[in-house]
Formats: sequence, structure tokens, C-alpha cells
Amino acid sequence: MHIPDGFVSGPINAVCGGLALIAVAVAVIRTRASLGDTQVPLLGMTAAFVFAAQMLNFPIAGGTSGHFLGATFATLLLGPWAACLVLALVLGVQCLLFADGGITALGSNIVNMGVVATALGGGAVWLLRAILPRARSCGLAAVAVGAWLSVMGAAAACALQLSWSGKPLAVLLPAMLGIHALIGIGEAVITVAVASMVLAARPDLLPTLRMPQPVLARV
Amino acid sequence: MSTRHTVIAVSVILALAIVVAPWASSDPDGLERVAEQHAIAAAETPVWEHAVLPDYQVPGVARQGFSTSLAGALGTIGVLAAGLLLGRLIMRRSAADR
Repeated sequence: MHIPDGFVSGPINAVCGGLALIAVAVAVIRTRASLGDTQVPLLGMTAAFVFAAQMLNFPIAGGTSGHFLGATFATLLLGPWAACLVLALVLGVQCLLFADGGITALGSNIVNMGVVATALGGGAVWLLRAILPRARSCGLAAVAVGAWLSVMGAAAACALQLSWSGKPLAVLLPAMLGIHALIGIGEAVITVAVASMVLAARPDLLPTLRMPQPVLARV
Repeated sequence: MSTRHTVIAVSVILALAIVVAPWASSDPDGLERVAEQHAIAAAETPVWEHAVLPDYQVPGVARQGFSTSLAGALGTIGVLAAGLLLGRLIMRRSAADR
């Protein structure tokens, strides 16, 4: 979902660039407050994983492919603020080194994939964890829903940016949401699979999904 | 993080970029497909000219699969290093505040 140069108008890119700058600045401040020194390696590795996983396009319907986004996964490991920084870093490297995503659209891409996706995915997981029973299966279901929603949210934001540049929203929104509903399933599957592996090996890394010992034993 | 877990995680991540990435689908992604279908794709006008590994290929490496693997490995290591540096920069300032 990396927007190239030329798709979105200058003013919209500029506004999103400003929003992205504010978001990253706040994310730095909040990360300083909430992240522990011991989590710096985790931040680096999460960024590396998101980068590598985003290279792995998988086919969906009709000669189209999708790829992992990773906003929800990063949020589970690091919290929403550090996750925003991870996504911004990955997007920046992809843009500058790999010409993946336009430099004028970098702010828009960060807003979509670093802010909207992170907030929606993290928010959905948090809300579902609060209302669902505290079982492992419910936790993973929350992750799946959050991951799917994060992709849908990013796709909707992208459609909005494109439509503000003059293309019709009534056409773009269903098109983007339709295709990303399928890609979102891939996101959900991958996020749940990787989260499960991390949960099995290092449950301390996923405080959002941690469960009191008796429940885990029953499940 | 324990050394063993770190080594395993980094190995898996590198394996994804080196071994799996060449097999990734080259079909257009969701946005590209929508852009093609709705006459947006033609508007693409690249601005940044200094990407050293454009399209996840190493210029001058003939075999495309190997080129992708190398680009993926370089990018993964680069992002890992940048993430560690970013983390240390952020946390160092907060340590100085205390």
C-alpha cells in the first residue's frame, strides 16, 4: 500500500507530512516514557522483521498480490507509540533505499500505515481483550480482528487521500476496501501465527496477551 | 533478550529476506491494482532519484533471485541497525534527563 509520487496531490501530501511529523515527535516522547532500555533490541528486531515480512508478497485473487503490514504485530510487542516509530522507520528506509513509496508521499504512507493502522489495530485488540473472556483463543481472535481492521483502516485512509486529490471516493473506497479485505485476512493469519510463536517461546514479550496461569493451564 | 532467542529471531528474519523473498509474488499489490483499474497509475512521477536498491534489486547483479536476496539481506541488516540506533538515541536522552 506504499503510495508512489504523483498519486496524491501536493497539498494532501503536505498536510499528511505535517501530521506524520507530529505523530513521530509524539511517538518519540511517549516511547521514551514507556519503553525500557532492555526493549531497544526488540525495537530493532521488530523493525527488521516488519521490513523482511513486507517483502513477501502473497497472491490473492485476480492477479493481485498483498503483503504483510505489521502495525498490529509491532503494537503487541512494543505498544502503539514505539510501533508507530517502527513503521515510520521501515517506510523511510523503503522509500529512500528501495524507491518503495514516493518521497513526497512518505508522510501519507506514515499516516496510513504508522498511525491509522497502529491505532486501529492496537485499539481493537485492547477493546476486545477488555470485553472477551480471558482465554488464549479469545486473545488470538482479538489479534486477528485487530490485524484485519488495521489493514482496512490504512486502505480507507489511502482511498481518502487519493479522493481528496480529485479521484472519486465512491469508486475508490469500495475498490480499496474490497481488495484489502482479502489482504487483511493474510495479515490476520500471519499476525496470529507469529504472535502464537512468540507467545509460546517468550510470553513475557506480549503483555497484552498474557493470561493468568490457571486459565492458560486449562486452555 | 537471551542471546539464543536473539540469534534465532535474527536468523529467521534474515532467512525470510534471503530465502523466501525471491519467491514472493510479483503481481501488483492492492493499491497498484486499484490505481491501474481507475486510471491513477499513469500519474506516477518518481521524485527521489538516489535509491541504491530500487525495486529491491541490486544494480549490476544479473540473476534476479540472487539480487532480491542480497537486497533483502542488506535492507534487513540496515533496518535492524537503524532501529537499534534509533532506540538508543531515544533512550539515551531519557537517561540524561534522570
